[in-house]
Amino acid sequence: MRQVVGLILLLIVVAFLVSGMLLFVHPFGDPPSDMDDYIIENAQEETGSNNVVTSVVFDYRGFDTLGEATILFTAVTGVLLLLRTVKRKEESS
Amino acid sequence: MLTKIVRTVANQLILFILIFGLYVIAHGHLTPGGGFQGGAVIVSGVVMLLVAFSSKELKKSLRERLLSIMESSGALIFIGLAFAGIGIVFFYNFLVGTPIFGRIPATGPGPGDIWTGGVIPLMNLAVGLKVVAGLSAVVLAMALFSSGEEIEE
Repeated sequence: MRQVVGLILLLIVVAFLVSGMLLFVHPFGDPPSDMDDYIIENAQEETGSNNVVTSVVFDYRGFDTLGEATILFTAVTGVLLLLRTVKRKEESS
Repeated sequence: MLTKIVRTVANQLILFILIFGLYVIAHGHLTPGGGFQGGAVIVSGVVMLLVAFSSKELKKSLRERLLSIMESSGALIFIGLAFAGIGIVFFYNFLVGTPIFGRIPATGPGPGDIWTGGVIPLMNLAVGLKVVAGLSAVVLAMALFSSGEEIEE
């Protein structure tokens, strides 16, 4: 019984998400959005960087890069926590 | 540890790999690439050293404490530069127009000037430091773990 209710709820949620994606998402490239034209025209003047991709990554969408750096930091921390075998002095003696 | 031929070739090649990685990091605001990509290039050189020499040898020169200090300082520089522009908005490029990395290039294609970009080159350097230290620590920890070595504190 619980499984049936859960399945029905799951189907409702999936139908909700798919209908929202089909109905309300911005159509790809039509009409063209204003943001890309703005970045192409003004990125060099505003950020002073010739590489517009880098100016988007580190300036306009810097918060996303902060998330990337956090992911890297978390991954390094996890790997070192799991795989590091430190010889301690009080254990060896 | 591999043969003497491999070790000699790795000793010669690591210089060029380091120079190319530093070039990709330092020219991140002019050419394709940046902190993440250049850092990955340098870490590939570290992996080459790890294959050519043993992890026991590399453990002597790559101290783990130094790597952790490098990664943390890279992260702190990055987020500090992000917070430095918070008077206007988070991640504001406050160095454009100032004497430090402040020249503004002409709009359109151009050869590029290294002294442009505002905080973007500094952020590239910080992220490159972070990626180099972090991925080197990961690779070194995996190699030491698989060979049964221990890190001495």
